[in-house]
Amino acid sequence: MTFNFNQDPSRPLQQRVIFRDNIAEANLFKGRILIALSVVILMTVALIYNLYDLQIVRYESFASRSNSNRIKIIPIAPPRGLIYDRYGNLLAENQPLYEIEVIPEDIDRGKTVRNTLIELKALLDLPFEEKDIDLLVDKIRLGKKFKPIVVATKLTEEQIATFSVNQYDFSGFYVQPKLKRFYPFGSTLTHALGYVARINQKDVEQLERLNKTKNYAATQDIGKQGVEKYYEDILHGTVGYKKVEVDSTGRVARTIEFAPPTPGKDIYLTIDINLQKKAQELLGETKGAIVLLDPNNGEILAFASNPSYDPNMFVRGILSSEYNELLNNPDRPLINRVSQGGYAPASTIKPLMTVMGLNEGLITPKTQFFGGPYYSLPGSKHKFRDWRRWGHGWMDVYRAIEISCDTFFYDLAFKAGIDNINKYMGQFGFGRHSGIDLYEESLANLPSKQWKQGRFKQVWVPGDTVPIGIGQGYWSTTLIQLVKAHAILIQHGRNIIPHLALNYAEMAPLEFAINNPRQKYVPPKETAVEVTNKGYFDVGMKGMYLVINGPEGTGRRAFAGTKYKAAGKSGTAQIITIKQDQHYNASAIAKEHRDNALFVAFAPYETPKALVGVILENAGGGSKFAAPIARKMLDAYLLDPAHPQIEIQDKKAEKTKK
Amino acid sequence: MINRLINTFKNLHVDVPLLIGVIALMCTSIVVQYSATNENVDMTMSQIIRTFVALAAMLVMAAVSPKFYARWAYAGYAFCTVLLILVLIIGHVGKGAERWLDLGIVRFQPAEFLKLIMPMTIAAFFAKRVLPAKFIPCIIAFGMIMFPVALIVLQPDLGTAVLIAVSGCFIIYLAGLNWYLILSGALLFALYAPIHWFFFMYDYQKQRIFTFLNPESDPLHSGYNIIQSKIAIGSGGMVGKGWLHGTQSHLQFLPESHTDFIFAVFCEEFGFAGVLFLMSLYAAVIARCAYISMHAQNTFERLLSGALTLTFFFYIFVNVGMVSGLLPVVGVPLPMISYGGTSMITLSAAFGIIMAISTHRKKQQY
Repeated sequence: MTFNFNQDPSRPLQQRVIFRDNIAEANLFKGRILIALSVVILMTVALIYNLYDLQIVRYESFASRSNSNRIKIIPIAPPRGLIYDRYGNLLAENQPLYEIEVIPEDIDRGKTVRNTLIELKALLDLPFEEKDIDLLVDKIRLGKKFKPIVVATKLTEEQIATFSVNQYDFSGFYVQPKLKRFYPFGSTLTHALGYVARINQKDVEQLERLNKTKNYAATQDIGKQGVEKYYEDILHGTVGYKKVEVDSTGRVARTIEFAPPTPGKDIYLTIDINLQKKAQELLGETKGAIVLLDPNNGEILAFASNPSYDPNMFVRGILSSEYNELLNNPDRPLINRVSQGGYAPASTIKPLMTVMGLNEGLITPKTQFFGGPYYSLPGSKHKFRDWRRWGHGWMDVYRAIEISCDTFFYDLAFKAGIDNINKYMGQFGFGRHSGIDLYEESLANLPSKQWKQGRFKQVWVPGDTVPIGIGQGYWSTTLIQLVKAHAILIQHGRNIIPHLALNYAEMAPLEFAINNPRQKYVPPKETAVEVTNKGYFDVGMKGMYLVINGPEGTGRRAFAGTKYKAAGKSGTAQIITIKQDQHYNASAIAKEHRDNALFVAFAPYETPKALVGVILENAGGGSKFAAPIARKMLDAYLLDPAHPQIEIQDKKAEKTKK
Repeated sequence: MINRLINTFKNLHVDVPLLIGVIALMCTSIVVQYSATNENVDMTMSQIIRTFVALAAMLVMAAVSPKFYARWAYAGYAFCTVLLILVLIIGHVGKGAERWLDLGIVRFQPAEFLKLIMPMTIAAFFAKRVLPAKFIPCIIAFGMIMFPVALIVLQPDLGTAVLIAVSGCFIIYLAGLNWYLILSGALLFALYAPIHWFFFMYDYQKQRIFTFLNPESDPLHSGYNIIQSKIAIGSGGMVGKGWLHGTQSHLQFLPESHTDFIFAVFCEEFGFAGVLFLMSLYAAVIARCAYISMHAQNTFERLLSGALTLTFFFYIFVNVGMVSGLLPVVGVPLPMISYGGTSMITLSAAFGIIMAISTHRKKQQY
C-alpha cells in the first residue's frame, strides 16, 4: 500500500494492477475476428454452393418430385354397357349402390380398429358377426395403407344419412357410391348372359398379359361368364381420370384436369326374353337344355340350361357356403348344358347321315332296305338291336328317317366307314367350335381312328362304327353343335354360326382382335358341307317332315294340329349299355341311368324360321318327352302375338280357304 | 428537424445500419410467416406483436451501458445456473424434454438467457486478464462453460447446449487461445465423439444422425422431413414458385414449415434469387456487427460483440445446413425468421447489446 502506482488520487487504489497493452489486444482481436470471418465466408460459400446445387443444378429432379408429391391421378371407372334382348328389354343394368369404405392409413390411431368397427355396427345396425369383424380387422391390418377396403355394402338411405352425420367419429371411413351390375331376370338367362364379379388374381394376370391393366385401374368387376365375359372389352369402355392436387394426408385440394371415362357400349342380344322365360318354364324341374334359333342367320332366341342359378349372387360376392352348394349340387347347375354338356346325339343325326350316304353314293332315295329286329356285321354274331324289337320291314330312306329305323343306319354307317362319317359330321360342325360367342363351350367328341388310338390305345374296329350310325357309341355332341348341324342341313350346306349378339358380325372380330393381338381374324367359311347335289339335303329334310307329318312319324302325336308345317327328328340316347340278352325297361333302372330324350325340329317346313333343339336328361324317349317341348317352343315363337313370325302364311291359308 | 430525429436516435442508443438490417430481417420474417402458416392471419399477427416486443427488448438492451453487463455477468451466470438445476428438479415436462420453468405467471427457459449471459460471463472473465489468454484461465473458462451446458444436455436439449457452448468457446478463441490448444482440443473432441455416441446419446438423437447420413433409407418416417425439405428447396429453382404458391408447404408436405424448416419455405417460394437476397441481408448484419466489434473500446466489449456476431452466424449455418441436408436435423430455428418469440427476442437482445457497445463508446470518450 506504500507504493503509489495510482497517479489519479481521486480513483481508489486497485488491489491488483493489470499491465495491459490495449492496442496489442485490439490487434490480437482483429486478427482473430478476421480469421473467424474468413471461415464464415468459406462456410457461407459452402451453404450457397449446396443451395445452388439443389435449386439450379438438380432443379428438374426436385421439381418433378414436388409434382409427384402433390399431383395424383385418380382413375375413374367407365360405366359398363347395358345388355338388352332383341326387343329392347333390359337384361343387365347398373344399379347405384352405396358402400362404406375405409382407407387404413387414415384411421384414427387413438381407437382400435375393432372398437371403431363395433361402434359403426351399433350406429348403423349392421349385420356384423364377431367373425366378420375379425375378418375386416385382418383385412385392414394386412392391406395396403392407401387402398380402400369395403366395410359395409348395400346401405339404405337412412344408414347413409346416419353415417354422414356421425362421420367425424370415423376418420378414414367414407361413403362410396358405386354402380353394381344387376340382372333383373335372375336365373332365367344365366348361362347365356353370364355375370360379372370382383376382379381376382387370375383376372389381374390375364389383364396384365393383354396389357389392359391401365384400363381397369378403377374397375372392380369384370365379366366372368357368358356374354358378359365374351364381350368384356366392348361392355367395359375406357377408363377416365382426374388429375388432382392432394396434400400430404392425401386429401384433395383441387382438381387440375378431368378426362371423363368413355362408357362401355350397350349390347343387344338375339335373345327374346319372353321366349327364354318360356323355355325355362318348360324345362321346369327337368335337367336339360333348349335352344331355339333362326336357321337363316344363327340368331339364338332362346338359350336355356336347367337347372340354373341367380347370377346376382356372384355380383354381390358369393358366400363360400353358397358356392359350395352350387359346386356340389348333383344336378350341376354351373354346367352350361347348351354348349358344355356332351350328349350322345342319338337318332337326331339320321337326316345328316342320309346326306352323307347320298353324296357318297352308298344309297339313293329309292334304295330299298329290309329292317329286321337287329343288325349283325358279316361274320359276327353280335346283335345291334333296332329300337323296335320286331323290326320295321321294307323301307326307303324317307321311311327310315320317319320311323327312325336303326338297322338302316347301322348298315349305312358300316358301309361309309368311320373316316367318311368323321369327315362329313365334322363339316356339319360336330367336334368343333360352333362359333358361338361364349367361352364356355366344349367340343364334345366326334370319334375317329386317331382319337380312339390316342384315347384308349386301341385300334378302331368295324363294330365301333355301327352304333355311330345312330348317334351312339363314342359320339357325343353339345346341343349347340346339334342345332348348328341341322341349321346347315336346312340351309343346304351354308355355314351357320349360332350367336347371341345381335350385331355379331361386327363385334366378334373386334373382340377377337383385342384378345388375340398377334392373330388375324379368320371369318367363318361360307359353305360348311359341299355336296354334288343340293337335293340330298332335301331328302334329309323330307324325312324330318315325315317324322312329324307321316303316318308312322315318331313326332306326329306331339305335333298334331299345328298351325304351321313342322319337321323334326327325335332321339333317345342310352346312358348305359344294355346286355345282349336284355331289354330296356325304364322303370327298372335308376333315374340317373335312364335315357336322354332329344328332339330337333324346325318350322315352317317350306321357309324355315325357327329351329329348336331340346335335350332332357334321363327323361326317356325323345318323341314322347322332348318332342312336345319342342312343339311348345315353336308355338311360342312362331305364334307369339307380340311378334308373329308366320302371319303371311296364315293369310295365305285363309285365302285358299276362301 | 432531421437533427432532432438523429438526436432522438442517439438518445436511444441505436446503431442505425444495424437497425436497418435487423428490421429488414424482421419484415422478411413476417412476409414468409404469412405464407408458411398457410395464410393464417392470427398467427402472423402474433408474430408481428412478437417482433415489436423484440424491437423493444433490443432498444432496452441498447440503452444499458456495457459496463453494467460486465458488472452483472457473474450474478446472471449464477442465477441461470441455479435455475437450470431447478429445472432439472421440478422442470415442466414438455415435448419429452424438460426445458421450461413454470413460474406461475411466465414459463421460460433459463437456457435461453444463457445464450446471452454465457458470452457475457466469459468475456467479463477474460476482460480482467491479460490477453492473449493463458492456459490456466482458458481451462477455468472452459469449465465455466461446460457446467451449465452439461445441465442443459441433461434436460435434454442438445441443440441449445451446443449453441451455448459454442458462444462461450468463441470468446475463448477471440481471447487468443493458443492455436496448439485449439488443435489439441479438436483432437480431443474427435476422440470423445464416439464415446459420447455410445454412452450418452438418446436413441432419437442417434436416429437423427442416421437419417442425416442417408435420408432415403427411411423416406416415410425419420428421413421424411429432410427429403421433403430438399424437394421444397430444389423445386424452388431460380426464382421460386412465388409468394404463397409453395406447394410443399401449403399442401403440408413440409413438416414444421413455419418454425425450424421455414428456410425451405423461403427457398421454395423465392428460389435461388431469394436465397442470395437473404444471405446478403445476413452478411450485411454480420459485417456491421463485426465492424462494431473491431472498433469496440475495451476487451470486454470486443470479446462480447465478436462472440455474439459469430454465434449469430453459427445459428444461420446450423439451420440452413440442416434444412438443406448438409447437417443432421437439430432443433435450431432460422435466426430472426422462424416463428416463435423466444429465439427472436433473445437475438434482438443480442443485437441490442451490440448496439450498446457501438453507441456508448462516444460518451465514454468525453
